[in-house]
Amino acid sequence: MTAPLLNVENLNASYGAAQILFDLSFEIGRGEVVALMGRNGAGKSTTMKAIMGLMARRGRTTFDGVDISRMRPYEIARRGLGFTPEDRRIFVDLTVMENLDIGRQPPRRFADGTAAPVWTPQRLFTLFPNLGEMPDRPGGGMSGGEQQMLTVARTLMGNPLLVLLDEPSEGVAPLIVEQMANTIVELKKEGLSILLSEQNMHFAELVSDRVYLLEKGQIRWNGTMKELAGNVEIQRNYLTV
Amino acid sequence: MNVSGFIFQALNGLSSASGLFFVAAGLSLIFGVTRIVNIAHGSLYMLGTYVAYSLATKIGGGFGFWGGIVITACLVGLLGAAIEFVLLRRIYRAPELFQLLATFALILIINDATLWLWGPEDLLGPRAPGMRDAIEIFGRRLPTYDLFLIVIAPVVLWILHLGLARTRFGRLVRAATQDREMVGALGVNQAMLFTAVFALGSFLAGLGGALQVAREPANLAMDLTVIGDAFVVVVVGGMGSITGAYLAAVIIAEVKALCIAIGTVSMFGMSLNFSKFTLVAEFLVMAAVLIARPYGLLGRPQGAVRGVADPEDPMRPATPALKFLGVVVLGALMAMPLMAQSSPYVLILGIDVMIAVLFAASLHFIMGPGGMHSFGHAAYFGLGAYGAALLVKWLAAPMGLALLAAPITALLGALLFGWFAVRLSGVYLAMLTLAFAQIVWAAVFQWEDLTGGSNGVIGVWPPAPFSNSSVYFILVLLLTVIGVLALRRILFAPFGYAMRAGRDSPLRAEAIGIDVKRVHWLGFAIAGLVCGVAGGLFAFAKGSISPETIGVGRSIDGLVMVLLGGIQTLTGPIVGASVFAVLQDTIMRQTEYWRALLGLIILLLVMAFPAGIVGGVINLLRRWRTAS
Repeated sequence: MTAPLLNVENLNASYGAAQILFDLSFEIGRGEVVALMGRNGAGKSTTMKAIMGLMARRGRTTFDGVDISRMRPYEIARRGLGFTPEDRRIFVDLTVMENLDIGRQPPRRFADGTAAPVWTPQRLFTLFPNLGEMPDRPGGGMSGGEQQMLTVARTLMGNPLLVLLDEPSEGVAPLIVEQMANTIVELKKEGLSILLSEQNMHFAELVSDRVYLLEKGQIRWNGTMKELAGNVEIQRNYLTV
Repeated sequence: MNVSGFIFQALNGLSSASGLFFVAAGLSLIFGVTRIVNIAHGSLYMLGTYVAYSLATKIGGGFGFWGGIVITACLVGLLGAAIEFVLLRRIYRAPELFQLLATFALILIINDATLWLWGPEDLLGPRAPGMRDAIEIFGRRLPTYDLFLIVIAPVVLWILHLGLARTRFGRLVRAATQDREMVGALGVNQAMLFTAVFALGSFLAGLGGALQVAREPANLAMDLTVIGDAFVVVVVGGMGSITGAYLAAVIIAEVKALCIAIGTVSMFGMSLNFSKFTLVAEFLVMAAVLIARPYGLLGRPQGAVRGVADPEDPMRPATPALKFLGVVVLGALMAMPLMAQSSPYVLILGIDVMIAVLFAASLHFIMGPGGMHSFGHAAYFGLGAYGAALLVKWLAAPMGLALLAAPITALLGALLFGWFAVRLSGVYLAMLTLAFAQIVWAAVFQWEDLTGGSNGVIGVWPPAPFSNSSVYFILVLLLTVIGVLALRRILFAPFGYAMRAGRDSPLRAEAIGIDVKRVHWLGFAIAGLVCGVAGGLFAFAKGSISPETIGVGRSIDGLVMVLLGGIQTLTGPIVGASVFAVLQDTIMRQTEYWRALLGLIILLLVMAFPAGIVGGVINLLRRWRTAS
C-alpha cells in the first residue's frame, strides 16, 4: 500500500471560542472517492475549510507527502488541492469563461512524477455541455445547477490532484444531481481523487468507495460504502434526520 | 446669467472633475479589492502635485513637464506599493476601523514630510508647454490645458475599463472585489494582488495630482480637501465602480459649477448667494443619492467580508477591582485643584482631558455597542459649543441656561441626521455622517451674521465662581462622571442589549421584535446629547470658539481616541481620550512637526496594540493568568 494522498491527523478547528472539530484523523488514497457524511452541523464543511486553511486550525495535514498544515490557502491550492465550496461562490460579475480563467493553474505532476489530468475549457465543456452553451453568460445569470457545474469546472481548471467537493447535490434539481453523480464517476476514471461531503445517502452510494461518519465534530464510524449501505442501524444513528 | 455663461461654467466643471475622478477611481479600486478605505489617498494626490512641480521646474521644458507627470505618477505608485507592503499588509485582519486609523496616521506623516521637503508656501507650477494659450468660447477664454483635462479623464476611464475587462489582472481584480477569499482558495496569491492594486490606485492618485500642477498651486491643505471630495464621489458613484466614480465626479463638479454660474439671486426680497453653497451642494447631492440609492449610483450591496476579524466578546459589568480603581482615580482627580497652586496648567490640561473623555465616551457609545462608525461626531460637539456660545452672545444668557441649551441643540441635530444615518451601514454610514458634519461646518462658516463666520464667537467666559479654574474643573469633572456613568448604565439596560443585538444581527433582532432602526436612532440621539454637553463645556473652558471646533480634524481625533483605548471595552474611550489629549498637548509643544510624531505614535500603537490600550492590557493579563 502506498502512502495516502491526503493524510489528516488530529485536526481541530474553532470559530472564536466555539470549537467545532475535535481530533479528526482520516486519509484519502490516490484515485479514491471518499465520502464525509453526517447531519447538518456535524462539521463536514468546517473540515474542508480547515484543510484548505480558510479558518484557524491545529493538527497535522500532509498532502502528497508535503506538510500543508501551516500553509496559506493559495499555497495549498497551488500544491494541487482543489476546493468547491457548498455555497458555490461563483464570481457573479464575471462570465463563465472568466470564472474558469480565475481558476487556471499550470499542469502539475504528483510527487512521484506521474502527470495529473490536464483540463482546458474545451475539455470541461464536453464534461459539462450546459456550460459550453453559455461561455459569455455572467455567473449571476445562471441557475443553481449551472452554477454548481461552474464551481466544479472552475476548480478543475487548476488541474488538481484532489478535490474537496462540498455538498454538490444541495439545492439543485434531481436531474442535475444525477448528472453530477455521473460526472464524479467520470472524474474518478480520469484519476482524480475526491473528498465528498454529503448528506444524501443515495448520491454518496452512487459514487463513493469509503465513508467517514461525522457527529458533533468527531468521527464516529468509518468503513466501505458497501458496509454502510448494508447497515441500516448505523445509517439511522448518524444520518437519518 | 445667460446660456453661454452656463456652458462655460459647465466646461470648467468638467475640467475640475478630472482630478477628482483620478483620486476617486484609485480609492474605489483599492477599497473594492482590499476593503481598506485609504484616507491617505488625498495625501498621495497632494504629493503628486508637489513632485510634478519639482520635476517641471528643476528639469524644465517639455520633458520636465510632460515626462515629469508620468514619472510622478510612477513614483507615487511605487510609494503606494511600499505603504501596502510595509504597513497595511500587517493589519488586513484587524478591524476595519484600525485600518482607517493607520491610513489616517499616514496623512499626518505625509503632510509633515511635505512641509519639511517643500516648505509652507503655495507652489504654482509652470504652464503646460505646448498648451499655453486659450481658446475662445462664447467670448470667454478657456485654457487649452483645461480642455486637455476634460479629455484625459474619459480616456483614462476607457483604458481602465479595457484593462479590467480584457486582462487577467483585471479579471482577478473584479473577482477579488466580490470574494477575495475564494480567489485565494483558487491559488491566487492575494498579497501580490493587493500590492499591485494599491500601486495602481496610488498611481492614479499621483497622476491626478500631477496633472493639476499647471492649474492650481500645490498647498498643504490639498490632502484633506481632496479626500473629502473623493469620498463623496466614491460614495455617490458606488464603491468599487470606476464608471460610477467618473459619473459622480462629473455630477458633483457640474452642480458646483452651476452654483457659481447662478451667483447671487434675489428672491422674495432676500438676496441669496448660490456661489457660497458649493461646499454644501456636493454633500446635499450625496445625501440625496444615498437616501434614494444606499449603495451609490452604480454600486451594489457589499458582500460581507468573511471571517476577517474575530467576533467581539460580550461586555462585562465592572468587576470590584475596576470599581475600586474608578473610585481611586476619581478621588485623585477631586484632589487635583489642591495641586493647582504649584502648577496651574495642570487644571487647564485636566479640563481638556475631561472634555475629551466625555466626547470620546459618547462617540464610543454608537461606534462600539451601536456598531455605527460615525466620522462626523464633531458636528454634535460643535452644535453643543455653538448652541451655548450663541445664547451667551445674543441673549446674554447665564451659564446654566447655556449649558442646558448645548445638549438640546446637539440632540436636535443628532435626531435629524441620525434618522438618515441609521438607514445605512458600514463605510456608507461613515461617509454620510462625515457629510453631515461638513454641512454643519459650512453652515457655521458661511452664516456670518449669526455665527461670526471664521472669526467665531469670543468672550464666552464662565461667571464667578466658575471663573476660578478650580471650581470650573470640579464642574467639568462632575458632568463628565455623570455622563460616562449614564452611558454605561444605558448599555447594561435592556435598551443597551437591544442596541448590541441590532448591531450583531439586524435580521434576528428584528425577528424577535426589536425595531433596530429606531433603537439605533435613539442611540445616535443619546450620543449626540452627551456630546453636546462636552461641546458646551468646551466653549466655556476656552472662552471662544471658531468653525475649527467642528472641523474634520476633531471627528478624526475622536475616532483616534476611541480606537486608541480599544473599541471593545467600556473603559477604552476613557483611557484613549486621556492618553490622546495628554499626548497632543505634550507633543504639540515639543516640535514643529508634531503631526508626524503623532502619526508615528498612532502607527506604533496600531501595530503593538491591535486591540487598543485597554484591550492590550486585558490580553496581557489573560496570557499571564493562563501561563501561571
